[in-house]
Amino acid sequence: MGLFDLFRSRPKNTASVAAERLRIIVMQERKADGRGGHDYLPTMRREILEVIRKYVNVDADAIDIHVTREGEDEVLELSVTLPERDRDAGAERGRADEASSGAD
Amino acid sequence: MSEVIVVTSGKGGVGKTTTSASLAVGLARRGKKVAVIDFDVGLRNLDLIMGCERRVVYDFVNVIQGECTLKQALIKDKRIDTLFVLAASQTRDKDALTKEGVERVLKELDEDGFDYVLCDSPAGIEKGAALAMYFADRAVVVVNPEVSSVRDSDRILGLLASKTRRAEQGGTGVEQHLLLTRYNPERVANGDMMGITDVKDILGIDVIGVIPESEGVLTASNAGVPVILDDASDAGQAYADAVARLCGETLPMRFTEAQKKGFFSRIFGG
Ligand SMILES: Nc1ncnc2c1ncn2[C@@H]1O[C@H](COP(=O)(O)OP(=O)(O)OP(=O)(O)O)[C@@H](O)[C@H]1O
Ligand SMILES: [Mg+2]
Repeated sequence: MGLFDLFRSRPKNTASVAAERLRIIVMQERKADGRGGHDYLPTMRREILEVIRKYVNVDADAIDIHVTREGEDEVLELSVTLPERDRDAGAERGRADEASSGAD
Repeated sequence: MSEVIVVTSGKGGVGKTTTSASLAVGLARRGKKVAVIDFDVGLRNLDLIMGCERRVVYDFVNVIQGECTLKQALIKDKRIDTLFVLAASQTRDKDALTKEGVERVLKELDEDGFDYVLCDSPAGIEKGAALAMYFADRAVVVVNPEVSSVRDSDRILGLLASKTRRAEQGGTGVEQHLLLTRYNPERVANGDMMGITDVKDILGIDVIGVIPESEGVLTASNAGVPVILDDASDAGQAYADAVARLCGETLPMRFTEAQKKGFFSRIFGG
């Protein structure tokens, strides 16, 4: 490393890219294998879906739920993609949107 | 009871045979009676790494097929008298090994008072690898800090947890350890090789040893002297530490930090 290298910004850290890709693929393959140790996840996912559907009508695949590791800890990550317009919820905002954007 | 330890990886060429040889020597050097078995039918190599290739008369398949006794096939190490090698057969018949045959050999080794039996697995997840792990009490999963090796190791962890006698018995299962090898601390520091915690977190099992990428390994295999016998080499010392941990000792990892460069070499290059 010479004088100028000290000031040059680091290239993209390929090791962390590798680690991130592996975390994802290994997790997927463990699920496919029936491993992973969180066998309550499918049931929990279904129940969460039911709760959300009381308020918003989302598709079954709108819920993404998984467990990741951060150092020693396990983190439950839950993300729900809401529909573009929650028409079926019958909210005022829904109707307002419809009015401003016109018919489909 | 003798303890059966499989050295496995899924991916080929990651350092299983190098590791099997050094762990076997290390355990035997501690006064344990050790047999190390080459399960790589058709691709015998452990004999070369152990330096006993010219003394192979009978092999593992000969014993299983009743063509000789186990005693005739076990090659006694010239350096440590509690260490024995059982060579793989060079036959091209991959079905030469059978579960019953392997079980019989392991039982006889147990009756002969062996403390440890190390099984050097072939690469892959086919029959040879499956048989090498089937009777294991413990597994040393050899992994390089590289994407395909890590992924394949996880496949192996899945098999250890389902396709082994211990898994089928439903008790505590096979005790699993990771052994990271060909580790390059400088590249880890630069961010272009995954570090110990990355690999450990992804696979979720404990690390029994970290062996640095080392010139000593080639020198050792050239000479037929397992690298652990080279006290001057970093890889040899790292294997000795791994053996101590296998025996239950707690030791800090060595050779895992990049050499710190001095101020001048950082400023002026080098
Ligand atoms: N720590 C190390 N430093 C440098 N080279 C190494 C190290 N460990 C292993 N090697 C080299 O890697 C190569 C493969 O090693 P080895 O034969 O032990 O792997 P293997 O997993 O048994 O392979 P296979 O899957 O074909 O049985 C050899 O050339 C060996 O010298
Ligand atoms: Mg090998």
